[in-house]
Amino acid sequence: MAQPTGTVPDQGPTGVLARLGRFFSGAPALAWLLGALLAVILERIWGTPLATLLGLPKVPMLFGCVIALSNPLLIPSAAAYVLLIFALPIAVVTKLAGATANRAAEALMRMPILVTVVVHLGLLFLTLHIWSGISAYRVLTLKLTLIAVIVTMSLNLINGYQGEFSCSHPGFMALGAYGASVFSLLFFVDDKIFGAPLLPAWLGPFLFPVGLIAGGLVASLGALVIAIPSFRTRGDYLAIISLAFMFIVKSLIENLEIVGGPRGLGSQPDWANLPTVFIWAVVALWMINNFVQSTLGGKAVNAVRDDEEAAEAMTVNTRRTKMVNFMFAAFWAGVAGGLFAHVLRYVNPATFGIQKLAEVLAMVYFGGLNSIIGSVVGAVTLSVLSEALRPLEIFKWIIIPLLLILVMIFRPTGLIAFREFNVRKILSPRQNPQREV
Amino acid sequence: MQFFLQNLVNALQWGSFYALIALGYSMVYSILMLFNFAHGDIFMAGAYIGFGVATGLVALASWGAISMPGWLILVLTIIISMFLTSFLGMIVERVGYRPLRGAPRASAAITGLMIGIILETSNLALMGAQRVRFPYLIEGHTYNLGGVFVTNKKIMIVVVSVGLMIALHQFIKRTRWGMAMRAMAFDYVVVPLMGVSINKIAGMTFAIGSALAAVAGILFGVAYPVLDPYMGIVFGWKAFVAAILGGRGSIMGATLAGFLMGFIEIFVAMVFPSTLRDLIAYSIILLILVFRPHGFFGEPYSAKLRL
Repeated sequence: MAQPTGTVPDQGPTGVLARLGRFFSGAPALAWLLGALLAVILERIWGTPLATLLGLPKVPMLFGCVIALSNPLLIPSAAAYVLLIFALPIAVVTKLAGATANRAAEALMRMPILVTVVVHLGLLFLTLHIWSGISAYRVLTLKLTLIAVIVTMSLNLINGYQGEFSCSHPGFMALGAYGASVFSLLFFVDDKIFGAPLLPAWLGPFLFPVGLIAGGLVASLGALVIAIPSFRTRGDYLAIISLAFMFIVKSLIENLEIVGGPRGLGSQPDWANLPTVFIWAVVALWMINNFVQSTLGGKAVNAVRDDEEAAEAMTVNTRRTKMVNFMFAAFWAGVAGGLFAHVLRYVNPATFGIQKLAEVLAMVYFGGLNSIIGSVVGAVTLSVLSEALRPLEIFKWIIIPLLLILVMIFRPTGLIAFREFNVRKILSPRQNPQREV
Repeated sequence: MQFFLQNLVNALQWGSFYALIALGYSMVYSILMLFNFAHGDIFMAGAYIGFGVATGLVALASWGAISMPGWLILVLTIIISMFLTSFLGMIVERVGYRPLRGAPRASAAITGLMIGIILETSNLALMGAQRVRFPYLIEGHTYNLGGVFVTNKKIMIVVVSVGLMIALHQFIKRTRWGMAMRAMAFDYVVVPLMGVSINKIAGMTFAIGSALAAVAGILFGVAYPVLDPYMGIVFGWKAFVAAILGGRGSIMGATLAGFLMGFIEIFVAMVFPSTLRDLIAYSIILLILVFRPHGFFGEPYSAKLRL
């Protein structure tokens, strides 16, 4: 690149974040994963002694946020803990292992992409597994976060990629949750409502995916009910019809005594362990990402969003495209609902109301429209934030909405909008930008 | 027959609340093409502001500072609360909607949703979780009209709401401001170029809508004197559905759909167990939308207006 003579080469934007970004710019994803893995192993070994040493009541569960907010006197200790266990080791390992990890990543990239991805995902899972192994609370938070990622990605298909405003996701989740729960309870659990199990219990975990898919298909069928009337015309009527649908589903379940009515449905078997939820989240990400990058899927949906008539002229079957997209999104919402029911091992219809809708919409619009990576960021940020701000009690519900309003004002389409999710780019080795100049 | 008429009276009263709230949604929707999801909570805030004003006036009256009959307190409460709530509406517009004028419409819907949550939470933080009782302002009388029992409160509620709706209709049809609003609803891209300030019109739309919601809140407080911070959710979403059901840009449509919502709810509860109320009400609305996808009085609009 030609620089104007006589000036220093442009260093790009200054500021702490930008400088940090440059400092770590040589580190590939592999180095970050290694750093995180080391940090969680450190916490496993020295977490408790260090916490006692720093005067913390117990190991901070969510990076010290909860402790710092509930007892301001412990802020220095919590900060020191996070610095010593997470920030410092990750920074050091990431920086030092950068070059080696780059070579390793280069070697990995020469192998089939599947191998590369599996290696990275394995490292990620190991990190999460060790991190969450300390307490049941972390496991639960992690599972719910992963489920939120699935739901957010699937709602982004409609509100982002398709550019319409759908309010029915809690309804789809409810359909999936009840569908999968009924499947499990009917076939594998001896309970009051459905009687003795129809199949031997050892088959259960193997057929769990079938139950989840069944839940997803039920949600897709529900989506068809919305899609047939609302995609004849374009406009805001999807918002109303989907809203009505959400209330209908909730009310229907409340009135169905066979699935427990307003009391809800419990005693789902404990099949949704961390590996299962993780694998489902990865599969959802993979399939949704493939879908939005396919010509007949996401590209067509985007074309319909941007100009329906032009898309029609370009031989896109607009109505079919919209319906397929909508049902595909509903399917994943249903799967997420099924996982949700099996993680909590109890569902009731009140869960799937306006509050859930606000939550999911917030995640989609916070993370960014038309972007898989944005959905992941939005879902993870808001899930973790809403857990971390728990000590603030109801003021949490002032801070999170305010944050979202600010995001909307300064980035109306969300933090990371309209970005393609490219696995190769994320996992590829990083060149040192200094060498390029 | 008497039973039917009795329920008709109840439905008229119940529908008045929906219609008054739906007007606010409908005006914002027709002029700015926005879903003002904060409106249900503005209704709640209006009810609480009315509660505060009424309690204050009652306290003043009981100290002997001023002597006022109950109906005068009610009238004053309504007027003062309309002003205060319209300021709240304008603040909501200024904070949540104006900065997003050029942004996708859905983003503004999200800020509205979030402002609604903030209003609920602030109320919860200020007033605590327990419900409050709206002061008892007017003596209740029951009239027996051939077996149909009508209270003076019911008559007042229906008369005030219908009066306000007619006033709003006249305002929009007859005045220059109303004309500006209609022009903005017709084309909010070109009309600002002709010298009509979109900010003024938007602010006024929010103010009027919020004032109507405040009236609905106070009338609700008079009829059912228990307020809780989540009352806006229950009424707001149904009124929102009614507003869109009425058709874009139609005051008449929103009013009718609001009353229809009240009728459906009361009559469903009359025939079926009340747990089925939402199910049947929303199913009927879904059916109506299938056959009239643009609502009662709406018409299809061009594709340039999109989320």
